[in-house]
Amino acid sequence: MIHRHPFSRRALLGGAAGALALPALRPALAQNSGPIRVGVLHSLSGTMAISETALRDTVLMMVEDQNRKGGILGRKLEAVVVDPASNWPLFAEKARELLQVHKVDVTFGCWTSVSRKSVLPVFEELNGLLFYPVQYEGEEQSRNVFYTGAAPNQQAIPAVDYLMSDDGGSARRIALLGTDYVYPRTTNRILRAFLNSKGIADADILEEYTPFGHSDWQGIVSRVKTFASQGKKTAIVSTINGDANVPFYRELGNQGIKAEDIPSVAFSVGEEELAGIDTKPLVGHLAAWNYFMSVEGPANAEFKQMWASYIKNPKRVTNDPMEATYTGFRMWAQAVTQARTTAVDAVRTAMYGQKVAAPSGYTEQMWENHHLSKPVMIGEIQEDGQFSIVHKTADAIRAENWSPFIPENANRAKAG
Amino acid sequence: MSATTAETPRLRPTRALILRGLLLAGLLILALLPLLNRLPPDHALHASDFIVSVSGKWMCYAMLALAIDLAWGYAGILSLGHGAFFALGGYAIGMHLMRLIGPRGVYGHPVLPDFMVFLGWTELPWYWWGFQFFPFALLMALAVPGLLAGLLGWLAFRSRITGVYLSIITQAMTYALMLAFFRNDMGFGGNNGFTDFKELLGMKLNTAGARAALFYAALLSLSGAVLLCRHLTRSKLGRVLVAVRDAESRVRFLGYSTVSVKLSVFVLSAMLAGLGGALYVPLVGIINPGEFSPGNSIEAVIWVAVGGRGTLVGALLGAFSVNAVKTWLTSFAPDLWLFALGGLFVAVTLFLPRGLIGLMRKGEER
Amino acid sequence: MRVLCLVMALFLLLAAPLRAQDRFETLAAGLSGGFGAQVETVERLGALGDARALPLLQALGEGRLQKRADGTLLLEQDGTVVEAVAGTPAAPGETVRINNRVRAALRGALGRLQLVAPQEGARLQAADGLFRSRSADNIPLLEQALAREAAPLVRARMELALAASRLVAADEAARRQGIEILSGSGSAEARSLLLEARAANPALAAPIDAAIAAIDARLQIRQAAETVFQGLSLGSILLLAALGLAITFGVMGIINMAHGEMVMLGAYTTVMVQEGFRGVPWLAPWSLPVSVPAAFLVTAAVGVALERGLIRHLYGRPLETLLMTFGVGMILQQAVRLLFGAQNREVVSPAWMQGTLALPGDITVTQNRLWIILFALVVLGLAVAAIRFTRFGLEMRAVVQNRRIAATMGIRTGRVDAMTFAFGSGIAGMAGVALSQVDNVSPNLGTGYIIDSFMVVVFGGVGSLAGTMIGAFTLGIVNKLLEPWAGAVLAKIAVLVGIMLFIQRRPKGLFALKGRAAEQ
Repeated sequence: MIHRHPFSRRALLGGAAGALALPALRPALAQNSGPIRVGVLHSLSGTMAISETALRDTVLMMVEDQNRKGGILGRKLEAVVVDPASNWPLFAEKARELLQVHKVDVTFGCWTSVSRKSVLPVFEELNGLLFYPVQYEGEEQSRNVFYTGAAPNQQAIPAVDYLMSDDGGSARRIALLGTDYVYPRTTNRILRAFLNSKGIADADILEEYTPFGHSDWQGIVSRVKTFASQGKKTAIVSTINGDANVPFYRELGNQGIKAEDIPSVAFSVGEEELAGIDTKPLVGHLAAWNYFMSVEGPANAEFKQMWASYIKNPKRVTNDPMEATYTGFRMWAQAVTQARTTAVDAVRTAMYGQKVAAPSGYTEQMWENHHLSKPVMIGEIQEDGQFSIVHKTADAIRAENWSPFIPENANRAKAG
Repeated sequence: MSATTAETPRLRPTRALILRGLLLAGLLILALLPLLNRLPPDHALHASDFIVSVSGKWMCYAMLALAIDLAWGYAGILSLGHGAFFALGGYAIGMHLMRLIGPRGVYGHPVLPDFMVFLGWTELPWYWWGFQFFPFALLMALAVPGLLAGLLGWLAFRSRITGVYLSIITQAMTYALMLAFFRNDMGFGGNNGFTDFKELLGMKLNTAGARAALFYAALLSLSGAVLLCRHLTRSKLGRVLVAVRDAESRVRFLGYSTVSVKLSVFVLSAMLAGLGGALYVPLVGIINPGEFSPGNSIEAVIWVAVGGRGTLVGALLGAFSVNAVKTWLTSFAPDLWLFALGGLFVAVTLFLPRGLIGLMRKGEER
Repeated sequence: MRVLCLVMALFLLLAAPLRAQDRFETLAAGLSGGFGAQVETVERLGALGDARALPLLQALGEGRLQKRADGTLLLEQDGTVVEAVAGTPAAPGETVRINNRVRAALRGALGRLQLVAPQEGARLQAADGLFRSRSADNIPLLEQALAREAAPLVRARMELALAASRLVAADEAARRQGIEILSGSGSAEARSLLLEARAANPALAAPIDAAIAAIDARLQIRQAAETVFQGLSLGSILLLAALGLAITFGVMGIINMAHGEMVMLGAYTTVMVQEGFRGVPWLAPWSLPVSVPAAFLVTAAVGVALERGLIRHLYGRPLETLLMTFGVGMILQQAVRLLFGAQNREVVSPAWMQGTLALPGDITVTQNRLWIILFALVVLGLAVAAIRFTRFGLEMRAVVQNRRIAATMGIRTGRVDAMTFAFGSGIAGMAGVALSQVDNVSPNLGTGYIIDSFMVVVFGGVGSLAGTMIGAFTLGIVNKLLEPWAGAVLAKIAVLVGIMLFIQRRPKGLFALKGRAAEQ
């Protein structure tokens, strides 16, 4: 059920005339009757569509599922889908439209950090509620956002710890390769501090950044090979963003870098990204997430079954941000049921301490820092494009969204 | 530019009056919007917060369209890099807004913006000096685009690079700037750019009052820009401009320095775009390198084409109507809006070479 | 074959002292244990040298080893499952998982077991495996294998493996010998091994340093050669992307902003052909070669439709064409996104395009990029030939030079326009086939190449295919030369600014077309 707003046709006249007609946009119905409106703020066109369309589908699937169960509080759910088109100022405009024109009760959306930063002031000003489902760099906590993806300590640090362990190959030299934006920069800063604390000198760390969509990896892969020829076991930690991964992995495979020699662990490569690559030359390279499609257990079986019957395409996979969307949606539904209203302040309070048996196979809990506790899993790429889980934590780990490895966070605490 | 499209707008008085009336009515409605916003929500003429905020943004786009129209419609310089001037103006004000955050940032650093703190910078780079003063930032928002346009224009016009070549070079310029601003090492916040602004000129942003003030600032600037362009295009310089557009070599042979004519209008156009960007940033609350993307500049040129180049009203009409359609369609038909918008661009270039304004003029010239 | 295996088994039995508890059957059971147990088992099986271990270890490495709940190992081969030790048919069990540590151990163990295998490829792999897993225990094994080895390539690798193993020998003379041999190689791995040895042998620092210096000298030459290759490769991609544009823009003066989308359609044609062929085993390896003409035809057809339906109405108004084709590009992109999904599509590389090719002097180049360079040159050659030597080419040149006179000579100029545009679009489609091998196949594929293509054409000189080629390769190589010290982004910015300044000096590009056509 996609809500379509009955926009005045006169708006088509455009220009000044359009501006006159636009006030005719009536604010939607009052808050406590009629359907519950669920905003979906994911890019359906432009560069991020590649990742975000699957999340739109996930939210629509959850809405359909919830309606089949009779909705929430006896009210049906209604999804309002908009396309912010991978354009960051447009994200802010669409967020405002969702909140003010469509009067949504909750919004699921954003992928990139910059899109989240762009809508943040809008959600704070209008007291909206946003569920953000992607792993990110941390260093943020808004009372209007619930972060259901991983903070750096729930992904990056355990992954590097694993690379340095006996099982992971006892790496003592680390190449940090990333796309030049805030998530890799921050994550690598945290990792450098962590590696230093483990006795790895700066000389044994290589940090390289490339632009978005970088497609010519020849030079950098050669440089990594040279970096690896210094007599110490070397590993790659990749924070390369979505699109650039396919050419990167192709180059890795073609230049004959085997996982046994130089393993790489990625934080942004999941099942969906692997669907676009021939994975045979990549078997053994690693990724760290809080969920893999290959997790065994009843919750994941239900999730996968639901996805398969919704999307009706056997080739489409599930991945970590989809699982985070699923878990966040379940949690929000529970919180609304418990609060007996969709009012943001009441739902926010009800969210704290909410628990869901997530598809990851662990019970994940929402804490007062607006972040989920999540398990950390390390998976090895397999020939079929899936991950074989080679390591996972015993429990779900609480998020440290303010990293102790960033010294300025001490000042922040003082400043209050 | 071929000679076939070279008519100067010569309208019958009544048509000209209609156009002028349309322009005035449009500006008047815009001026009333924040007041209509104060009406109770169930009043028939109530303008929602969303409309007020989104039309503020459209006014900034309209200034960009005006700037492009001045260069393209009147002087025949099709720049596919005007988005860059817009963005540079935005960055200048963005830097001011970042400096105003001061110790209210996440890390509480008295001087450095948050992104510099967590990249481990300890000192403010020299090119950030002075931006704590609003007049300086505003001056930079005009001067930086102006200087860049001056340099590029001087290089290009002097070697008589025109038409398509100029378009491709300006496109390369905005692309190079985009790549540069994406780099975190540049000190402009990389991909995230600037966000989380707190105040401007003592006003707390993200309040209804600040939004209304910014709205009127944009309206005043837009009206001023329209008046300036109107004056300019009706002056002697305006006639020379049109002559340059239609037959540059003849104008040169008549003894005019076409380089300086083109250069001055190109610089002015860039500064206008910069001013639009400067107003845009506090209104939308974010500036980032995506504004430099070549697609944005092309889209802005298309607004002008849709409205009708060579007339000032056309540029404004184009900017408002295309953006209104885009805002509407991205919600109404999120999967299909690109077809509609792309189809609109194709249809306008094919069937309405003079844009929507051309519709009004049909009949009188044939 | 069987005899050879027996000989080999005997051989290994002699080489590795058999420990009493190391019985094959009891040992093999350890393969189903945890990763730690697996590593130990693999190492022991390698040392034990029982030929029966070979299929088991191979299966483990290839994900064909399974286990039943009771721990019995099963072997899967072409869909049928048998009990690993007994060989009796069985029901499929759960696949035994391994990790990188097990893989590394497997490489060493398989190396020992396959050093005297009958296939040259297997022996080569074995030698490489032993080179990486180096252990003093392997020295006698390698010496004996070397004595019997005839193939020069395998001998060279075995010598390196032997040298690497000697580096960790107890005997100092052997270590010196190892250093000596390794100093003759030019590989980064050998350098790494030497550095490792240096830390362990302070006494041998001097010869090791000398060896490293020798390797470094060779590595430097090698890296310079590889940088040039990388530049050529980047240049060939630029050339492919720009060639179609050189025809539509350079020859016809049409600014086609949907050019990138033509490239993207070519890449999607590759995906479609591959999926169509997937069901037919004998056709599957041919999917890529077949994609080339298929992509040409598909994009040429789209080109004709575009030219006849839309662009034709805008001749003489290049800037309007630019705006219109931008709209067309938006539509094509979204159409592909709705039809094929926004996600990346997988394109499998054929075996002959994977891996590296070793050239003299230890220079290695990646196969796929080598093929793309060749492909780009072939496409360029075909385009030039078509323009020079065919009737269509003649008519095209006539129309470009003087449309009216061409028309009076009986040339159907409209048809020539359509064909020329189709030709340029078709070349863009072929570029898409090549790009599908190095980049994402997604609806956004084309956007990344459009500006670069325009720059190449303008830099090379509008209307000159030779200029386009030289422009593309120059930009590619300059970019790669700048990259090591400026970084990828700054290098690209520098190249862009360089072109802008260059055009300012020479507005018509490297190779200016003379005559009427150049004046448009």
